[in-house]
Amino acid sequence: MLEWLSRLFGATEQSKDKAKERLRLVLVHDRAVLSPGLLDALREEMIHVLSKYMEIDEKGLEVNLNRSDESVALVANIPVRRVKRKL
Amino acid sequence: MGKSIVVTSGKGGVGKTTAAANIGTGLAQIGRRVCLVDADIGLRNLDVVMGLENRIVYDLIDVVEGNCRIRSALIKDKRLENLFLLPAAQTREKDAVSPEQMQVLIEDLKKEFDYVLVDCPAGIEQGFKNAIAGADVAIIVTTPEVSAVRDADRIVGLLEASELYDPQLIINRIRPDMVRKGDMMTTEDIIDILAIKLLGIVPDDESIIVSTNRGEPSVLDKKSLSGQAFRNIVRRLEGASVPFLPIEERSVVKRLLRMFNNVSGRS
Repeated sequence: MLEWLSRLFGATEQSKDKAKERLRLVLVHDRAVLSPGLLDALREEMIHVLSKYMEIDEKGLEVNLNRSDESVALVANIPVRRVKRKL
Repeated sequence: MGKSIVVTSGKGGVGKTTAAANIGTGLAQIGRRVCLVDADIGLRNLDVVMGLENRIVYDLIDVVEGNCRIRSALIKDKRLENLFLLPAAQTREKDAVSPEQMQVLIEDLKKEFDYVLVDCPAGIEQGFKNAIAGADVAIIVTTPEVSAVRDADRIVGLLEASELYDPQLIINRIRPDMVRKGDMMTTEDIIDILAIKLLGIVPDDESIIVSTNRGEPSVLDKKSLSGQAFRNIVRRLEGASVPFLPIEERSVVKRLLRMFNNVSGRS
């Protein structure tokens, strides 16, 4: 019924809306490109900060940008050897 | 000291060269000293769009390599005496010039001209890097298509990485009839996505093809709608606040009204 009504009033999706939505999604991915240099710098700084609180396995550290359809996430896998008791 | 502006887009065929030719000619028309620089080494076209292809003796590479002085490579426009073109080399590769050399060249030109307009090649490789090397500001040209807007966004990022901030956008080939039907992204849609400043909207206009056929930028044609759009862009570049051309109107009455308004001194 609702579908029939919306069709009656010409509320079909306009192609420009489709274009905008596709652009929005593709740009989420395009914009989430970290250059290798930046990624290295990020890794170094993370190690620096984390080392204040725990002993981490630097060689086992993995930092990556994971992309799904709608979003981009920074995913880090950081093996911890020992947590410090105080700062 | 003048100002250097690079006209770029990422995607090819969106109207970079036409925009550069029209903006340059428009600025010269209001009395500014303008030098157009074709940075598209190997695929030069600004010369034909300007109708100056028969006058080329030396080119940009000759200047950079020291085969001639800048003065002898500059081609004076047929119509405007304060407008010049530095043509690209047609038979050389893009790496025949370096960003550092371009920077020196543009700096030299800025001493002589109010505006140095650089027409950038399509793509994001060496030619792009050369073209943006000496630029103070950037104009990005796009069309209301997914591919062109996507590439424009990429260019925004690359310009930022080269410390060229706050580029301004020209949306070319807008078709009011399609926008009205919802089959073309609106100016607002595109600005919303790219989040950069709008410099101008240029309607899709057959007169552009006619003027390119003739080698006469449409900005010189008082009756051309795209010419009007470029004249507005020129005034905005000069700091004036000019309302954007309404893309909705199409009716004969509205057109006549606008023509009447223009004649009665509003433009």
